[in-house]
Amino acid sequence: MIRIAQLSCGPEYSGIQGELEKAAETVGAKLIFPEVDLEDIMEVEKRFGFEVASGDLNLAMARATRIVEMPDMVDAVFVTTCFRCAEGAIVRSEIRKYIHENSRLPVLSYSFTERTSAETLLTRMEALVTTAKYKGLLSRERQTGLTAGIDSGSTTTKSVVMRDNEVIGTGWVPTHDVIESAEKAYDAALEAAGVKREEIEGLGTTGYGRFLAGKHFNAKLIQEEITVNSKGAVFLADAQKGNATVIDIGGMDNKAISVQDGIPGTFTMGGICAGASGRFLELTARRLGVDITELGKLAMKGDHTKVPMNSYCIVFGTQSLVNSLSAGKSREDVAMAACHSVAEQVFDQQLQELDVKEPVIMVGGTSLIEGLPRAMEELLGLKIIVPEYAQYIGSVGASLLVSGLVED
Amino acid sequence: MVKVMVYPPTSMILSDLVERMGHEALVISKEVRKKINTPGLDSPPLNITPEDAKRGLRYAAVDVPSGVRGRMALIGPMIEMADAAIMVQGDGCNLGCTGCARTNELAGFLLRTKKIPLLELRYPEDETEAKWFVRKIREFLEGLE
Repeated sequence: MIRIAQLSCGPEYSGIQGELEKAAETVGAKLIFPEVDLEDIMEVEKRFGFEVASGDLNLAMARATRIVEMPDMVDAVFVTTCFRCAEGAIVRSEIRKYIHENSRLPVLSYSFTERTSAETLLTRMEALVTTAKYKGLLSRERQTGLTAGIDSGSTTTKSVVMRDNEVIGTGWVPTHDVIESAEKAYDAALEAAGVKREEIEGLGTTGYGRFLAGKHFNAKLIQEEITVNSKGAVFLADAQKGNATVIDIGGMDNKAISVQDGIPGTFTMGGICAGASGRFLELTARRLGVDITELGKLAMKGDHTKVPMNSYCIVFGTQSLVNSLSAGKSREDVAMAACHSVAEQVFDQQLQELDVKEPVIMVGGTSLIEGLPRAMEELLGLKIIVPEYAQYIGSVGASLLVSGLVED
Repeated sequence: MVKVMVYPPTSMILSDLVERMGHEALVISKEVRKKINTPGLDSPPLNITPEDAKRGLRYAAVDVPSGVRGRMALIGPMIEMADAAIMVQGDGCNLGCTGCARTNELAGFLLRTKKIPLLELRYPEDETEAKWFVRKIREFLEGLE
């Protein structure tokens, strides 16, 4: 049983404590509340360096100091406060940094509303538990034998076949029916690799359809995309040692992951609105009359400063898009403004919660839209790496990790 | 006998003083007890559900954090019922129902603007202050009809 320390303010009064516990239980974990003395809370400023007006936040900070003093009491930390509470957001961020700097424990930070359900939290909790539970498997750096991975994403399904640390076949299809799309992508990868399905020694699945596809193919590994993508990213970018930051702007949500020695540490998973995802870029490409594969090239010729665009909401983003074109702005400038708007939201909403450390690796299909990594480079002031097979990152990560299970 | 809301609503000392003077103390433990005695546990440990956070919209807008609204779903009806109130500030460490400073500010505001007899005091720090504190509360409670 993995022990996750809950440091929080408000979930029991938002009626979601049961949901948090349900999510933890589903992934084989238990939420625990580190014991502290009243004195620890009263002296929180001296111990943590920060004191706020809300008692429950002071309690959360006192618990954080106790965890740092006795790190063996838990395996992971979950810090959560009410969405829209400024005081809570500040404390949450400081606790996350404090645990990160003073222990080796993985931390998940999350802001909730009364609508938060166990399902919303499942992928995040699963990643937290995997990081705590399978450090040995996650520190794996080489793929061995003949294995395959299927990434059943919300928009596209990808598959790769790997042999002895090399990708030898890939398959990519739009996601319609989860199993049918997975079958097609897998068959395409097998055909490209020139191997038969029965020769595959181990198959791993990831992405939204991982459970369904995993069951269908009797996969050896069924794993959420945070762990798998970060492994795939550092493997392909040859950045398995030291720090790295992985950014994956997906069709439905975005992930930003801090990686240390190939193991995911802190991560954020966002996607409040489709305006901050690859979905908006698809819509932009359609409106500009270009294929999504051409959008990036078009954007690279444009200047985002000439077009005001904020796609915080996909409806407002689309309005800006239409208005800009009606006002005679060039397609190139509009394309770059769309890329910049998506990058800006990931920067504002997610990267602020991470210690962004180089190398910064962008993965997923959207990383091939050249304007997007360029916009991110401008915002971060850092060079972005887009590795080969960036769009197959989940399948590569799954294939790499499952080879560890085959060996065992 | 009048209904006297005490704040912090978790204070056993204040509720004891109120009851000793023959009034009814409105305290959060009674509200929470109703919740956890209700058959079925929807959201342990307090059995506050997302519906409570929505009921809290009566006291705070939708853009106010859910934790404030959930707490107000418990505290708000007590304020509505109160004929008088005693509020103590600076008691050092509030947790749980009073663990959110924004909820405490809102509850204080609602009590002040309700135009009911209200006694506001600072938490005593020594014996002399404690005696004065109890005397002020007794005088206030004796003056209530």
